[in-house]
Amino acid sequence: MGLTFSLLLVAALILAVFLGVEALGLSFLFAIVIPYLAIATFIIGFILRVVKWGKTPVPFRIPTTCGQQKSLPWIKQNKIDNPFSTAGVVARMALEVLFFRSLFRNTKAELVDGERLTYQWEKWLWLGGLIFHWSMLIVVTRHLRIFLDPVPGFVRIIEKFDGFFTVDLQNVYITGILLLAAVTFLFIRRVVIPQVRYISFAADYFPLLLIGSIAASGILMKYFFRVDLVAIKELTVGLFSFSPVVPQGVSALFYIHLFLVCVLISYIPFSKIMHMGGIFLSPTRNMANNSRAVRHINPWNYPVKVHTYEEYENEFRDKMRAVGLPLEKDGSEKEAAAAKE
Amino acid sequence: MSKLPKPNEMLRINYMPPKTGWQETPVDFRPGTFLYSGRPESLETVGLPNPRQWSPEDEDWKLPENWKEIILEGLRERLDKFRSLRIFMDTCVRCGACADKCHFYLGSGDPKNMPVLRAELLRSVYRKDFTTAGKIFGKFAGARELTVDVLKEWFYYFFQCTECRRCSVFCPYGLDTAEITMIARELLNLVGLNIDWVVTPVANCYMKGNHLGIQPHGLVDSFEMLCDDIYDITGIQLDISFNRKGAEVLYVPPSGDVFADPGTHGLMGQLMLLHETGLDYTLSTYNSEGGNFGLFTSHEMMKRLNAKIYAEAKRLGVKWILGGECGHMWRVIHQYMDTMNGPADFLEVPKSPITGTVFEHAKSTKMIHITEFTADLIKHNKIKLDPSRNDNYIVTFHDSCNPSRAMGLLEEPRYILKNVCNNFYEMPEDTIREKTFCCGSGAGLGADENMEMRLRGGFPRANAVKYVHEKHGVNMLACICAIDRASLPPLMHYWVPGVSVCGVHELVGNALVMKGEKKRESTLRFEPIGTEEDE
Ligand code: HEM
Ligand code: SF4
Ligand code: SF4
Repeated sequence: MGLTFSLLLVAALILAVFLGVEALGLSFLFAIVIPYLAIATFIIGFILRVVKWGKTPVPFRIPTTCGQQKSLPWIKQNKIDNPFSTAGVVARMALEVLFFRSLFRNTKAELVDGERLTYQWEKWLWLGGLIFHWSMLIVVTRHLRIFLDPVPGFVRIIEKFDGFFTVDLQNVYITGILLLAAVTFLFIRRVVIPQVRYISFAADYFPLLLIGSIAASGILMKYFFRVDLVAIKELTVGLFSFSPVVPQGVSALFYIHLFLVCVLISYIPFSKIMHMGGIFLSPTRNMANNSRAVRHINPWNYPVKVHTYEEYENEFRDKMRAVGLPLEKDGSEKEAAAAKE
Repeated sequence: MSKLPKPNEMLRINYMPPKTGWQETPVDFRPGTFLYSGRPESLETVGLPNPRQWSPEDEDWKLPENWKEIILEGLRERLDKFRSLRIFMDTCVRCGACADKCHFYLGSGDPKNMPVLRAELLRSVYRKDFTTAGKIFGKFAGARELTVDVLKEWFYYFFQCTECRRCSVFCPYGLDTAEITMIARELLNLVGLNIDWVVTPVANCYMKGNHLGIQPHGLVDSFEMLCDDIYDITGIQLDISFNRKGAEVLYVPPSGDVFADPGTHGLMGQLMLLHETGLDYTLSTYNSEGGNFGLFTSHEMMKRLNAKIYAEAKRLGVKWILGGECGHMWRVIHQYMDTMNGPADFLEVPKSPITGTVFEHAKSTKMIHITEFTADLIKHNKIKLDPSRNDNYIVTFHDSCNPSRAMGLLEEPRYILKNVCNNFYEMPEDTIREKTFCCGSGAGLGADENMEMRLRGGFPRANAVKYVHEKHGVNMLACICAIDRASLPPLMHYWVPGVSVCGVHELVGNALVMKGEKKRESTLRFEPIGTEEDE
């Protein structure tokens, strides 16, 4: 159901732009109004969400430790998987964000011969995920060429490496292809693996389909239905310099691409894609495991009702005396009863 | 108790999810897989809401009129108090990496035991009432209404999670379903949904200082019995003290070790070791429990029970605190105690008077783990050990969830084991250290009525033991957790007959050569000692 819903939704979105631009002539809407709205939604939504997270206190120090703690000097501590210092935490987070370290631990459990549990090598999700994200990052960075004039140096360098391969004398950006391949892999995996399919709903298919469609429309524009790049740059630079224009000769394919990107970025703050912010704030990963050495403060720590030693001794004084336990108050049973009042 | 299926029947596990979606699949309270409700008197003792007689199998759970309001308000309050909860509600991408990492999923095949779905049980309600997308798109955004059926599902599955944190190791965002379970249980408690195996120990611990509710004289008696056993085995009379002011160290073991085998043997080993080192320590009857089932109830209850440790240390005027072999107790001590009940500025940084080692890593909490203490002694050659006395044992080590994933206490017990016995083999890598598998009975799920689910949850652990049992002849499973010592024996009995369970310090006690001891004839469990046979 979630799958059908997402498919229909993405198809409807594509159809909407196509009809909007081709039949209704709403280029202004799709070229200027929606992009501005989308960027505003993205920025404001993203900030609000992160501020909401950031404002919520972290009452306890709860890192998940994945290696030896720092204790006795002669026992080798695992400084990254069980960091004691900020430097360790930074290293741990960097490995998580850049290389998905935890996902790299993944194995696949299988019950062999109906009695033996085995844990098999399974890094495909890690690999697919890593390719997907890195490709996306590079693709997005390359797009700066279209927004910025002059084109920054690092963008040129990235392009050079990314476009290393040529097919028919034309540079092929490998990351674009990889992005599409990886997103396809993630989608197929989600549909085909019964357990993953079982846990998925519309909000899981939708972003994959959306990103897939964006990548596909991009590839179509670049290699198959060439678009008027000069006109497009006029549009984008206009958007970014706050003097928007709607140039002539921009194809519907481009509008589809642009619109889907707008949908994606305005969807981000309300969706699971916020994991890109969440990962940095996750208390099980971004805290040092030094809770016995440095006291962590809980801002809302409040006094609680406890059963004091005095109450305890009052209840058991005679029994304690009988077995020779030291007492605070060596009163008789009656006094004890009185003290209890 | 319901009849247990045979191991081969138990292993007909179907990992294929059912035809119906998880939101449409109702929960089935099958005997052997859920726990009995909390006794009303216990709830009353500690002032928990809605004490009453009820059973999970009943149609009517006798909830308060405004239960829904209470839960949603409780959730709102916690969303504002715990960043962990907010992040964990918002960031899961449902990649499924955590799915087959949970021992309950591996042992039952029930998809709602995948950590991701366990979390979705709460998350779906969160979406409905606390997110824009959920409010607008409802079901399509994965949102659902909180109903009594949802509540029943919560009760079943949040008391089918041992808060072991294994899922958190594998999640790319460190999403910790244990944290979600902890908070969900807090919510359940707000309307009086609790299990007796948690709430009665809590009440006992609150009033009497230990889970079993043993009164001070009973406690003294039990320790004296252990000392008598030690005398019989070693010829040495231990002199132990309780509630003694001016001792240097307060020693806090889990109370389970005082009353049931094989915990008792491990505790004997610790008492012998402390005697041999001459450490000036005392036990407390007021705080005769390091374990803290408050952790399985609510943060507030955890704090209320934990408060006794520092209070007692202060009253007795000790310098620092030594903690025994217990798993969840160490989660509380390591990650919560100082924050909740500190600062412990009336104590001193723990320093071993025997080796002079200063335990800098515990300089704020001022409490160290007995294996840290013992490993340091061995490293400095301060105790004499004869590992051959454990030659009857072929040993492997079970990392308990909390010391491994909420602390990182991995090498200390191993170092000790390698010094006190000659035959030590590790279980497969995917099942030890931070990837260790739970015994299946943690977080208060260790009641007999839950036996089928415990055996299922413990299956991955047992299966790894079986592997080393068959490969290396392992016959002794050492651990550092009181719940393990209670739950692993039946688990082994069911899945891997021929493997016994012991605390690490039981083996220390066997190997320890004490000054003036008589020739050892038997181990701490009164079995013929290892070396004897070969001589
Ligand atoms: C700091 C930046 C980010 C990090 C560290 C990160 C990390 C991850 C990880 C570890 C996964 C799970 C494995 C996988 O499915 O690949 C994931 C999934 C995903 N990420 Fe990201 N991500 C980041 C940014 C983004 C951005 C900017 C987007 C989109 C605009 C995005 C979209 C997705 C999607 C759609 C999935 C789900 C894949 C699926 O359904 O299988 N991520 N991310
Ligand atoms: S591993 Fe983490 S992100 Fe992936 S499904 Fe599980 S909880 Fe969600
Ligand atoms: S904490 Fe442990 S028992 Fe709970 S869901 Fe995670 S793996 Fe399963």
